[in-house]
Amino acid sequence: MLKTFSIGGIHPAENKLSADSAIQALPIPQMVSIPISQHIGAPATPVVKKNDEVKVGQLIAKSSGFVSANIHSSVSGKVFKVDDIMDASGFRRTSIIIKVEGDEWLEHIDRSEKLLTEISASKEEIIKRVGDAGIVGLGGATFPAHVKLSVPPGKTAEVLIINAVECEPYLTSDHRIMLEKGDEVLVGTQILMKALEVNKAIIGIENNKPDAIAHLTKLATNYEGIEICPLKTQYPQGGEKQLISATIKREVPSGALPIEVGAVVQNVGTAYAVYEAIQKNKPLIERVATITGKSLKNPSNWMFRIGTPVKDIIEAAGGMPEDTGKIVGGGPMMGKALSSVDVPLTKGSSGLLLLPREETARKATKACIRCGKCVSVCPMGLEPYLLMVCADQKNYERLEKDAVMDCIECGSCSYTCPAHRPLLDYIRLGKGKVGQIMRARK
Amino acid sequence: MNTKVLVAPSPHVHSGDSIQKNMYGVVFAMLPALLFSFFYFGLGALVVTLTAVASCYLFEFLIQKYILQSEVTINDGSALITGILLAFNVPSNLPIWIIIIGALVSIGIGKMTFGGLGNNVFNPALVGRVFLLISFPVQMTSWPKPTGLSSGYIDVETGATPLAIIKEGLNSGQPLSKLMSEIPSNMDLFLGNMGGSMGEIAGAALVLGLIYMLIRKIITWHIPVSVIGSVAIFTGILHMVDPEAYAGPLFHILTGGLLLGGIFMATDYVTSPMSNKGMIIYGIGIGVLTVVIRVFGAYPEGVSFAILIMNAFVPLINVYVKPKRFGEKRK
Repeated sequence: MLKTFSIGGIHPAENKLSADSAIQALPIPQMVSIPISQHIGAPATPVVKKNDEVKVGQLIAKSSGFVSANIHSSVSGKVFKVDDIMDASGFRRTSIIIKVEGDEWLEHIDRSEKLLTEISASKEEIIKRVGDAGIVGLGGATFPAHVKLSVPPGKTAEVLIINAVECEPYLTSDHRIMLEKGDEVLVGTQILMKALEVNKAIIGIENNKPDAIAHLTKLATNYEGIEICPLKTQYPQGGEKQLISATIKREVPSGALPIEVGAVVQNVGTAYAVYEAIQKNKPLIERVATITGKSLKNPSNWMFRIGTPVKDIIEAAGGMPEDTGKIVGGGPMMGKALSSVDVPLTKGSSGLLLLPREETARKATKACIRCGKCVSVCPMGLEPYLLMVCADQKNYERLEKDAVMDCIECGSCSYTCPAHRPLLDYIRLGKGKVGQIMRARK
Repeated sequence: MNTKVLVAPSPHVHSGDSIQKNMYGVVFAMLPALLFSFFYFGLGALVVTLTAVASCYLFEFLIQKYILQSEVTINDGSALITGILLAFNVPSNLPIWIIIIGALVSIGIGKMTFGGLGNNVFNPALVGRVFLLISFPVQMTSWPKPTGLSSGYIDVETGATPLAIIKEGLNSGQPLSKLMSEIPSNMDLFLGNMGGSMGEIAGAALVLGLIYMLIRKIITWHIPVSVIGSVAIFTGILHMVDPEAYAGPLFHILTGGLLLGGIFMATDYVTSPMSNKGMIIYGIGIGVLTVVIRVFGAYPEGVSFAILIMNAFVPLINVYVKPKRFGEKRK
């Protein structure tokens, strides 16, 4: 029996169309727009102004607090303007727009392919340099990585868990990184282990990627303390709490962080970015994204410069199909629908999914038949049908009592509901309101 | 790139499951039992089933269209299930006009007065059945003998059900071992070769339906297993205490519609609890009440009453029995 998390879960069609497509470099666009808020936490503060010359890797916006992240230029050229433009969230946010000229990198960045396994940086140096490099969680949550590495006083990390689950259907960027950058990922993992002072790391991979499991298991014999853990394919295993439950059988208490049970979770893409930052002095200026969809000519994986417009990656994959009904930034379960193809790809862009109209159109909502399927699939053990009713009736007291804040918004309930009820839409609404009430009380 | 695109919150895909798929799945699971009842009771079974189904559809349509003036949703398949279950719960020689009254009570009072599918507290087919049992006790308890495909409709030989034989025998002071020799063997009971209502007799066919529904994930094991299991344990204990006064567990499981109730009626989505823990409590309640009614009550059989009584507790169970939350501290 393969391991998986303790409660609930679903198994949507995997549709990993681009799994066999090697990572290619996306051409550098003529203009990039780099938002100053690509992470959870305070937006960074721009340190360049109009007409400044910048090089690849140069700091252009500085972290403005502990939970914030540096932003670096992904191209060389001239700052065209610093202005508010619409980003993937649909809101207008401050961005630094750079007109590209050539491709000139800062000199101290090592651009060679040579694998460097020797880790010379100390614990403190690693944490500082991960912060300096602007690395955030690349699984999609974009939580600044150095914050997770700074274990709060009184707590100890026992194990590092690398999230290589990629449980979202369609997405394959983590899968390709494991196959093509296996050694780099493992060195990155060891750097993270050193920063956390743990001697054990577990890399959790779902068994729908047998080639990645085999490849990393073979490589891992050269690295001490790293264990590859194959997992049963089950959504939402990539959720932090679910992955901890699956790999070390511990349940993070409601409202607490993973460190409560001695675990720190980092994404596999983050481990690769950490390798690049520590061993190669390269800040987070590019990442891998999957462009995919059933009607798309060429579902594929691309290494893109942060700030590249979405339409560029669509063009690279053969252009937008006629029947496109929704453009999703991320996977089909938790991704965000985009309203425009002019928005930039950012640190959190793990993929872009073009869904055909028929596949994504919502069906008419019917009466709840109380089948209980939403309850049985909820990975947090909640009662989505009840939370929806309470949110609709504005019964916030009951919502809080029935643990609405535990909801991880994985969407398993809405996905499953035979009556096509928009459970998660209502739960999100209720969560927002209850969150406000709880903050006001403090 | 001027395509208009949708912007909506996640998730952006759906499993493709629907109310119809689940409802027709249940209907498919009832087919073996339906075929068995045609096989044993012939023409009568066909007439009763068609009448029950047609009148359930008709009443739901009329009530939605003309009384509630709401959207007509007879295509969701739930009226079909109610119709078949009502037919399963009555003798195969029941006069047509009584069946129509049963359908009216099932759909009209059991379902539509509460607001239609999803809102009813009690299993509609059982509301109809119990109403008929109390109003027409003679017609509702004259069970045709299973004489085969060539059986007629009204003019058939009737006899008592195994449970009734045991109940009356014990009441008149006869020992159980003698009574047991008057009823069919366990294998006959399992294959349905006994007197009874249409759908309750063929245990084998009902179990086949259960397996299908479990594989298709239409229902989970919690309710059927807890209903049947608790009956087995309770009657097992009684049987061990006094084998001459109480029949064994296998007899109780194979007779009196326990399998029909535990597999198809207690598992009705709308009238059963939402969480797994709740389902088990509900199932045990049904099992225990069934045995109490059968053994200590006036009626020979108790499944219908037990399910209806536990239906009433479902809202309470849903409020007080919560699923195990992730990360909840173990007490």
